[in-house]
Amino acid sequence: MKYYNTIAAISTAVSPSGIGIVRIVGKEAFEIADKIYKGKCGKKLSEQKTHTIHYGYIVDNNKILDEVLIMLMRGPHSYTGEDTIEINCHGGVYVIKRILEAAIKYGARPAEPGEFTKRAFLNGRLDLSQAEAVGDIISSENEFALRSSISQLKGNIKKKINHIRDEIIYHTAFIESALDDPEHISLDGYVDKLERDVCRILSEISDLISTCNDGRIIKEGIQTVILGKPNAGKSSLLNILVGEERAIVTEIEGTTRDILEEHINLQGISLNIIDTAGIHDTEDIVERIGIEKAKEYAEKADLIIYVVDASTSIDENDEKIIKIIKGKRSIILLNKSDLDMIVTKEDVKSIYFELYPADDIPIIEVSAKKNQGIKEFEKIIKNMFFEGNLALNDKIYITNIRQKKALQDAYEALNKVNESITAGMPEDFYSIDLLEAYESLGKITGETIGEDLVNEIFSKFCMGK
Amino acid sequence: MKYLVNSVWESKDNYDIAVVGAGHAGCEAALAAARLGFKTIVFTVSIDSIALMPCNPNIGGSSKGHLVREIDALGGEMGKVIDKTFIQSKMLNKSKGPAVHSLRAQADKANYSKTMRQVLESQKNLEIKQTEVVNILTEDNKVTGVQILSGGIYYVKAVILCTGTYLRAKCIYGEIANNTGPNGLQAANYLTESLKNIGIRMYRFKTGTPARIDKRSVDFSKMEEQFGDEYIVPFSFTTNPDDVQVDQVSCWLTYTNEKTHNIIRANLDRSPLFSGVIEGTGPRYCPSIEDKVVKFADKERHQVFIEPEGIETNEMYIGGMSSSLPEDVQYEMYRTVPGLENVKIVRNAYAIEYDCIDARQLKPSLEFRNIEGLFSGGQFNGSSGYEEAAAQGLIAGINASRKLQGKESIVLDRSQAYIGVLIDDLVTKESHEPYRMMTSRAEYRLLLRQDNADQRLTEIGYEIGLISEERYKRLLLKKKIIKEEIERVLHVNIGTNEKVQALLKKYKSTPLSSGTTLAELIRRPELSYKILESIDEGKRSFPEEIREEIEEQVNIFIKYEGYIKRQEKQVEQFKKLEKRKIPDDIDYDDVKSLRLEAVQKLKEYRPVSIGQASRISGVSPADISVLLVYLVGR
Repeated sequence: MKYYNTIAAISTAVSPSGIGIVRIVGKEAFEIADKIYKGKCGKKLSEQKTHTIHYGYIVDNNKILDEVLIMLMRGPHSYTGEDTIEINCHGGVYVIKRILEAAIKYGARPAEPGEFTKRAFLNGRLDLSQAEAVGDIISSENEFALRSSISQLKGNIKKKINHIRDEIIYHTAFIESALDDPEHISLDGYVDKLERDVCRILSEISDLISTCNDGRIIKEGIQTVILGKPNAGKSSLLNILVGEERAIVTEIEGTTRDILEEHINLQGISLNIIDTAGIHDTEDIVERIGIEKAKEYAEKADLIIYVVDASTSIDENDEKIIKIIKGKRSIILLNKSDLDMIVTKEDVKSIYFELYPADDIPIIEVSAKKNQGIKEFEKIIKNMFFEGNLALNDKIYITNIRQKKALQDAYEALNKVNESITAGMPEDFYSIDLLEAYESLGKITGETIGEDLVNEIFSKFCMGK
Repeated sequence: MKYLVNSVWESKDNYDIAVVGAGHAGCEAALAAARLGFKTIVFTVSIDSIALMPCNPNIGGSSKGHLVREIDALGGEMGKVIDKTFIQSKMLNKSKGPAVHSLRAQADKANYSKTMRQVLESQKNLEIKQTEVVNILTEDNKVTGVQILSGGIYYVKAVILCTGTYLRAKCIYGEIANNTGPNGLQAANYLTESLKNIGIRMYRFKTGTPARIDKRSVDFSKMEEQFGDEYIVPFSFTTNPDDVQVDQVSCWLTYTNEKTHNIIRANLDRSPLFSGVIEGTGPRYCPSIEDKVVKFADKERHQVFIEPEGIETNEMYIGGMSSSLPEDVQYEMYRTVPGLENVKIVRNAYAIEYDCIDARQLKPSLEFRNIEGLFSGGQFNGSSGYEEAAAQGLIAGINASRKLQGKESIVLDRSQAYIGVLIDDLVTKESHEPYRMMTSRAEYRLLLRQDNADQRLTEIGYEIGLISEERYKRLLLKKKIIKEEIERVLHVNIGTNEKVQALLKKYKSTPLSSGTTLAELIRRPELSYKILESIDEGKRSFPEEIREEIEEQVNIFIKYEGYIKRQEKQVEQFKKLEKRKIPDDIDYDDVKSLRLEAVQKLKEYRPVSIGQASRISGVSPADISVLLVYLVGR
């Protein structure tokens, strides 16, 4: 049996489901669990017998995160063959992620895609004939994670991080070139400048970390808003996507008075879908608020799905909506394609292009009721996502825990640079931590160090001989 | 050029190992092989060019000094010879951390060559022969011998190629292009063809050197004098420090200026570099002066170091101004530099092009993957520098010998030595220029210090058979005392008595408010083990000849313990992957779900371990996971 370092991951789908499981596996699994768990009976988990279930709370900084059941399995009798803790919590994207973060904070590392399976295999828990399948799992999960996490990065975040990385590598290269060629390049008086820059970069990274936290509260996923005039079939569409009757569907206008929110997983892409009240002129005060809210959400959305009732002709309400979706990433659905279609694709297109000649927009015929055209609709969303057209909202959200961890690692490394400066350590010690910060930030943008440093040294500084 | 001679004959003498070339790599390779008991013959195009220093007149420098120390710790020769022949010595980066302290000595070039030649000539089992090797003989992808220019064949069990910059060498300046090796020496024009015939991929690299000038034509009053260190530290762990406290010769510092740069700019069209005559790839770390002026156009001046080439010569080296401009331009530009107004050029600056190999064809043991018994080292492997060459020569010599001994080859990893970093980089990374060692290339440099090279490597050198019993025992004793002393210092309590406070006051250190350990005090930047000696009452005495080394080691360990422990932890992680070997006969096409790019790269490099595979660009962490899984399933 091999004992690897400890990893943690959410092993149920991240969705607002009834319950969720966070799994911690590895040689320090019990130790880490003890730090975040407060049992009813007061006994430590590490002292408990194998294959037992315990009831208590997950606590971080004296704050109770959730009431949980913990399943404890000692290696080799577990899925991966190592010490394993499974925390059964009350689901909900926010809670489950906070629990995972707590585990990571106390020493676990976020699991790589397919890592549990890989370990199970390496520890001989899976049949040898499954090796190939394991390889497939690792490479496909990895490819997906890589593509999605990088394409979820907003252009401006990527720019910001790359800018910080450029600064860090420049400083490192300067120090290193002076170490390699002390007679040509001097570090006299350089420390003050480095200290100032490091302080500034630290606060920039700290800002990025706090935007991660904002993102968490609003739930992870692509903010998607469904708009349409009353009774266009918005709620029916939502129900089809979610797969259950959540929104009330009636023939009476204005049934959806509140904003309904659902988190769905569309072939691996997280969508945070908001169903809105139909947009039309109304005196009803409650409903008015709903409409205002819909506009507000549409303003912040990453993606707007505009549902047109193809069985009734286009009116001024539709034109209002088209104004709202101006310049936004949108998809137009011609719903009720099962009925006689009064509105055609060409009709909508001509109205839309009259207003915004520059934009192209996908228009699809669907029937929410008969579940027609939905596959095509899903495919369009998927393509938009992977082509990078669809990303998170303007406000910077890095919701991925891995990315937040990488930011925190970079922050800590730079903090160590500052500590070394304060402690009067020689300059060569700074570059160790500078490079570590550089590497951590690279994990977010999917870049490795490679020959970066050597290239930077040669391109920016004139070496002697 | 194809070798066509009909008079083939066979040497009547028997040798085990043939070394081709007697430069810095060849010397170490030949010495190691002979010392390990193998009958060795070393071929050189000129006996007078043994251990020649055709470029800069110094040994060591940042990170290169580390290499020399490591060569010495393993039982190599370079450190001993430079200790006998240096004329100035400096410990570089003394104001920085101990990891980047590095020795650099100015050599008396002629004396260095002569001394090394004497070592070779007096080495048992070793013979020197002046001739050009024209063919490498193989049978079933196994080396069987070499053929020399006159048609003679020497059958041997292993061959070590250390041809330096001599293969199809071409020296270029202005419109002149001579087919000679460095310093006008004869080039080796046949061997490349033979190597290509046995399937070896060749590169063409370029490097350059500045002019040598007549000391009598230099006005030193316009330059800044550069002295050596007051106290000289020897390179070799076997050299008695008392023996190297000798009179030193100065170097001189001056600068280029706008006039110099204007002359260069005005004559760029006459440079073979810019006109395209030079096809080889030049190194970015020692750019010619014309390169510097073009690339760093906003720099107003560049440093120029005038360094003696030896005691018994008037020749001096113009460090920082290598060039391949025409000779008349060289005169013009050198004479704009303060102090060089009337300079006389003895040998002009030139660029040199030569054939070398793509070192990714080598195993980390420096044996060719596809030709058993054929090893190589030095600039032939695409590196640059005397020290880099010597380090590879030593390892190639050791591993050729071990092959004949039937022993496993010695491969130092990146956490053990700069030599490990050097060779791993050469055989794993694609390179388009001569490779120079740099301190930033070593990930674990806090552990790979020049001061602890013996503690890292001398036991290995002993195991190989290049370190004497006496030296080995002395090392074990030193290590034992260091360990005990660190343990003691960590636990010795220091009270707040008057003597302690007075000492702290003397060194402007905050007085103690309560007792602490000696280690805590040593960690203060303004204090050290040595300074605190007088308040350390329980201090034991050490054997005098290793006392200073022990005190230095304890001081470094205590001061940087936190950092050192962090790196040790990283090394632990690193070693895990390094230990996972990949079998020779792996068929990467058989590994399902590896990405195509990874399959191509892995087939090309054929890494020996998972660790090495992970450093190949184009192989992702997921590919490594897939590979791990495959290896277990096999």
